[in-house]
Amino acid sequence: MINVLYFAWVRERIGLPGERLDTRAATVADLVAELVAREERYAMAFSDLASLRVALDQELSSFDAPLDGVREVAFFPPMTGG
Amino acid sequence: MRLSVQANAFDPGAEATAFTKTATGAGAVVTFTGLVRDNGGTLSAMEIEHYPGMTERAIAAIMDQAALRWSLVDALVIHRFGRLAGGEPIMMVATAAPHRAIAFAAAEFLMDYLKSRAPFWKKELGPDGVEWVAAKDGDEDALSRW
Repeated sequence: MINVLYFAWVRERIGLPGERLDTRAATVADLVAELVAREERYAMAFSDLASLRVALDQELSSFDAPLDGVREVAFFPPMTGG
Repeated sequence: MRLSVQANAFDPGAEATAFTKTATGAGAVVTFTGLVRDNGGTLSAMEIEHYPGMTERAIAAIMDQAALRWSLVDALVIHRFGRLAGGEPIMMVATAAPHRAIAFAAAEFLMDYLKSRAPFWKKELGPDGVEWVAAKDGDEDALSRW
């Protein structure tokens, strides 16, 4: 099981702040493909990966990173703090 | 070093005074306060979302880097989340160092990294509705100078 979190417009498009998923995805990209295949709202949220960022266990990572041992995955747009 | 990610408003003057008082051995203190731009009076509010846990970790890592690189005497970062009105302080950075150049450089470094590495997202509520603020290419480019 893995915790998946969504922030900002990713959260709004999917309609959830997060969910617990049972997945066999080996990489972040595999997990995205699983989500996109589920429902249209996921396909909309993940339509342009270049405009998304991913964090694994609260560290910025990349879409080709392995999910082995990861407990929390978060998807969000580029950050706009400061 | 002190880091605060908070919903509450803060007083930049009081923070600067307190920070300066305890910066023993420093020759320079630089403070920066970021305000909510009111877009010519059209902004009704700004909402800042963040990723609790990662926000604190990411900022602490940035502060550690700055402290190590410039041998800072002290550093302070305050960043708000939640609903803010135009003109309100969003965030503040303060650095204390032996010399001015170091204090300025470290403050700029902290600001550049906060903008594109700390997980905050701004949403503007204006006359045409609600809009997420888009990241600027320049924000990412700014990191390359460090």
